[in-house]
Amino acid sequence: MPLLTPQIQDENDYSLVASLDNVRNLSTILKAIHFREHATCFATKNGIKVTVENAKCVQANAFIQAGIFQEFIVQEESVTFRINLTVLLDCLSIFGSSPMPGTLTALRMCYQGYGYPLMLFLEEGGVVTVCKINTQEPEETLDFDFCSTNVINKIILQSEGLREAFSELDMTSEVLQITMSPDKPYFRLSTFGNAGSSHLDYPKDSDLMESFNCNQTQVNRYKIALLKPSTKALVLSCKVSIRTDNRGFLSLQYMIRNEDGQICFVEYYCCPDEEVSESES
Amino acid sequence: MKCLVTGGNVKVLGKAVHSLSRIGDELYLEPLEDGLSLRTVNSSRSAYACFLFAPLFFQQYQAAAPGQEALRCKILMKSFLAVFRSLATVEKSVERCCISLNGRSSRLVVQLHCRYGVRKTHNLSFQDCESLQAVFDPALCSHVLRAPARVLGEAVLPFPPALAEVTLGIGCGRRVILRSYQEEEADSTVKAMVTEMSIGEEDFQQLQAQEGVAITFCLKEFRGLLSFAESANLSLSVHFDAPGRPAIFAVKDSLLDGHFVLATLSESDLHSPALCSPELRRLAPPLQAHGTPPPDDFANDDIDSYMIAMETTVDSEASRAVPSIALSPGLRPFCSPDPYSEDNEAEPSTEPGTPPPKKFRSLFFGSILAPAHSPPGPSPVLAEDSEGEG
Repeated sequence: MPLLTPQIQDENDYSLVASLDNVRNLSTILKAIHFREHATCFATKNGIKVTVENAKCVQANAFIQAGIFQEFIVQEESVTFRINLTVLLDCLSIFGSSPMPGTLTALRMCYQGYGYPLMLFLEEGGVVTVCKINTQEPEETLDFDFCSTNVINKIILQSEGLREAFSELDMTSEVLQITMSPDKPYFRLSTFGNAGSSHLDYPKDSDLMESFNCNQTQVNRYKIALLKPSTKALVLSCKVSIRTDNRGFLSLQYMIRNEDGQICFVEYYCCPDEEVSESES
Repeated sequence: MKCLVTGGNVKVLGKAVHSLSRIGDELYLEPLEDGLSLRTVNSSRSAYACFLFAPLFFQQYQAAAPGQEALRCKILMKSFLAVFRSLATVEKSVERCCISLNGRSSRLVVQLHCRYGVRKTHNLSFQDCESLQAVFDPALCSHVLRAPARVLGEAVLPFPPALAEVTLGIGCGRRVILRSYQEEEADSTVKAMVTEMSIGEEDFQQLQAQEGVAITFCLKEFRGLLSFAESANLSLSVHFDAPGRPAIFAVKDSLLDGHFVLATLSESDLHSPALCSPELRRLAPPLQAHGTPPPDDFANDDIDSYMIAMETTVDSEASRAVPSIALSPGLRPFCSPDPYSEDNEAEPSTEPGTPPPKKFRSLFFGSILAPAHSPPGPSPVLAEDSEGEG
């Protein structure tokens, strides 16, 4: 039924309308969290948050604030739907993912409400493509209850310093161990693979370190397979904030600058793999 | 053992590891008084490679802790390669590399000191091992050619990446010919194209071989050494003999030397057109004229009649001092068995890996160097294995 709705409608009929001159400002951010097939989208007047989760242990959120869009109207207080992210990304890059220089793909995105498809109008060089993607029942997303007042250690690094480390992670190791400490080794990433262990140490006075606020030594392990997808966000970002709270939960916040110089954020939460007893000092 | 590599030499070391990784799955690391040696051999033992980095290559070099015996070890190539995986990054960010081998911790520790004070420490597990040593002597090869690596590198560039073997020979006018080698049974689509490069004598620093000689060897390993030699801007010399005898590819400068020993096909040029003219065919008689008939066990394999001799020894110094080529089984009497040699490198025959698809199947074994262990003729163990795995 929804697929047959007439195309031309009053804007007021839509609960969400968003237009964008350069679709890549949206698609790039979505790629940074594309490690599962499905995503849940929440739209408020402030913008859109897209959430992807895996194994009830890791959650990635991409925030595309209203200011990124040239037009952004939300009729209701909040609009929520679930969508196949792979399909959405395929549609967004329907004119090619690496366009010719000088040509931009414009996007107009409309959503009529619960039960309706997400409509995409993509235009490049006078050619318009209309895509309708069926939406799904929104699923409850995890609440990591990651509260900044409970943050024990926080580091802001230039992403450049982590990029290589993450791309070369020894994937034969089951976990990535993160050590954050006011004393040596300050910030350490360790893996324990088939070939042996490796440690990567960042001194706190390194030029890569934008800020270093560690109050207590914490050693936590995270499933490497769950963290590896965050590399997608890392490669796009310019800075990353690494925080752990009193439960050992990890928050990675990536600052991503889009093609128009605007800043967006992508955030990953991950729960620790296990308690490491000697971590509590 | 402890050594410290700095600056551009880290990349040279990394590049050497990359070229070794084209050959073997295991890396033999042996600190010697005259430098650090890195060696490997492929699973079918048809290719062997070694690099020796002189003590001067390092900022600091200590083969063994004072009063202790030097350790040698064998590690997975993959894990050592991972340390230097991205050469671009190594070049850009690594300032110092410290390698230490400590018997107590049973770990080979590779520490990279990078830009911005970042430090990477790899603790690699290793196995004790005997010394890996191929027995070869470039001086015994009658033919030598030497050219800047760039010349040979550019010459192999046009060959398709999938091409397995290449024939190197001297054509008319003493031009050096490189030609893609086609197996007779190769399917017609592959056979449709033969690529041939011809290089003038003037591009060579040394060319000591008469027209008509030719050898055929694996391109992949050759490319590995070439890319190393090109990046280090070195000359590459090729020492070879009759087809079927191992060819030795060598690079050398004051701080390092590298040797790749590759098996060659015993019939270098029977199936492909003559390198030059019919007369040259006469000059270079086809293999049957001088080759010994292949042993029965390997009747299906056309190149199994010759072997690179390689052995492992307990005493590396002794083995390094024994430069001899193990000849074909037919010519076995020439072998000079090393008193230390043992057939202790048993992995090749026990390895579960699939047999190499190519014909360079046969190769050297300790057993052929130690007549006491080996029956006359090729080792029956080998024959069983290759049949069993095939």
